[in-house]
Amino acid sequence: MKEYFEWLIENLILICGVISIVFVILIFIFLLKEGSGIFSHTSLTGFIFGKDWYPISDPPKFGILPLILGSFIVTLGAIIIAVPLGIASAVFLSEVVPRGIGDILKAIIELLAAIPSIVLGFIGIVILSPIIKNIFNLPTGLTALAGSVMLAFMALPTIVSIIEDAINSVPKSYREASYAMGATKWQTIRRVILPAASSGILAAIMLGIGRVIGETMAVLMITGNAAIIPTSFLQPVRTMTATIAAEMGEVIRGDAHYQALFGIGIVLFIITFLINLVSDLFLHKKRGKA
Amino acid sequence: MSEKIEIKKLNLFYGDFHALIDVNLGIPEKRVTSIIGPSGCGKSTLLRCLNRMNDLVEGVRVTGSIKIDNIEVCSPNTDLISLRQKVGMVFQRPNPFPLSIFENVVYGLRISGTNKRSVLEEVAEKSLSEVLLFDDLKDKLSDPALGLTLEQQQKLCIARVIAMRPEVILLDEPCSTLDPIATLKIEDLMQILKKDYSLVIVTHNMQQAARASDTTCYMLLGEMIECGETKDIFTAPKDKRTEDYISGRFG
Repeated sequence: MKEYFEWLIENLILICGVISIVFVILIFIFLLKEGSGIFSHTSLTGFIFGKDWYPISDPPKFGILPLILGSFIVTLGAIIIAVPLGIASAVFLSEVVPRGIGDILKAIIELLAAIPSIVLGFIGIVILSPIIKNIFNLPTGLTALAGSVMLAFMALPTIVSIIEDAINSVPKSYREASYAMGATKWQTIRRVILPAASSGILAAIMLGIGRVIGETMAVLMITGNAAIIPTSFLQPVRTMTATIAAEMGEVIRGDAHYQALFGIGIVLFIITFLINLVSDLFLHKKRGKA
Repeated sequence: MSEKIEIKKLNLFYGDFHALIDVNLGIPEKRVTSIIGPSGCGKSTLLRCLNRMNDLVEGVRVTGSIKIDNIEVCSPNTDLISLRQKVGMVFQRPNPFPLSIFENVVYGLRISGTNKRSVLEEVAEKSLSEVLLFDDLKDKLSDPALGLTLEQQQKLCIARVIAMRPEVILLDEPCSTLDPIATLKIEDLMQILKKDYSLVIVTHNMQQAARASDTTCYMLLGEMIECGETKDIFTAPKDKRTEDYISGRFG
């Protein structure tokens, strides 16, 4: 009886584990099945490097370069804002404030992740974009910059949390050695702790990028959605995710436009997959060393 | 024989726990002084008073006086940075930074603002030579320090301290993670280093104290029981408690 129970539990766990992997594979197959048809309409290079996205003109043009670059510039901006802030917050939490207060503050920062992205979108439209419009004297505040700022806030909890963990896992003996050499706190942080935590910091950045590049609702609301190749942060841009979300409701199931949107999904899937893979490598490298 | 460090009526409390009780001790210059005693007797705590590393522990209170060259260590006005440059410390576990060998040795110079390549290289070579590592490592100074053997790592940690030209080197059970041969090599190194530096070593290994030190101090439950020439302590201890400990009846 007991062996039977063990056998049952083991296999149940096995099935659960396998199912989650099977789902990932099925999703990818589904994307391929729905999206690959576009490549009989537009070549792969024409799709990825095409400069024009006119899906409902005649003949339609399915070049997603503006969308890729739109996602890229918004993500880049978000990372430029979020990484220094994230590192500074993590250092503050783990090295400056006393342990107990740090734990409370960290929980509050992690709460940022619980804000629905559509709420951040509201804030972006109502508060942030008028500010950007006035500061830079633009016709509209709905720009890549607005998207970057809001997405930086969305990525911060992930980034702070992982970097803080990385800093905390730096052995106490490094700190002792550094202080015993007559180093100040700041010297110890900059010269010993941050280098020792570097792989965790890189992993945090990669995961932050993954979070930002896949985000849809906030960017749909606040980046202006112009499918043009961006040349500055102060232009409206359109991201890959926003394109799919905005146009999916209007397409006819199975036509070229529909397939093109799934094609974007494939590209996005591959990008986030690679980013996650790289961040995983960094995290494993860290564990391997410790 | 002049005294480098003079400890008078030193008391230390961890919260309510009285960890050091009225410790009086003179530590001679350019000799090896060992502090022995059973676990928890306060020998590491005493060592950590000398470079104020106990400041990092919350809830520590110290009274009394420690003078190094007539400079008061325990005063709140003491410049910790210059104190710690003068009084270097080697820890129980080798703790090189996760940087290159070279960067480990020159760490002290870098934090005191020296970045001139030629100076750094000269100091690195000199310091590594003093700990007898330079010949082995001269071609791989840019390799990660964590790839070295434990013995090499511990020597590297000593070189890192020496690079700052300290006057006192504190060693907190420096051989406890090393094998017997590596232990002997570190002890040999201490005999060379005592020509230039005053060494204070905490050890739970009585044989090590007998082999490597000139002066031995025996501590028990936070009190300094007896202190004297190593050969006297081990052959003719004055205190019964010291005799019990060194003859193996206790501890």
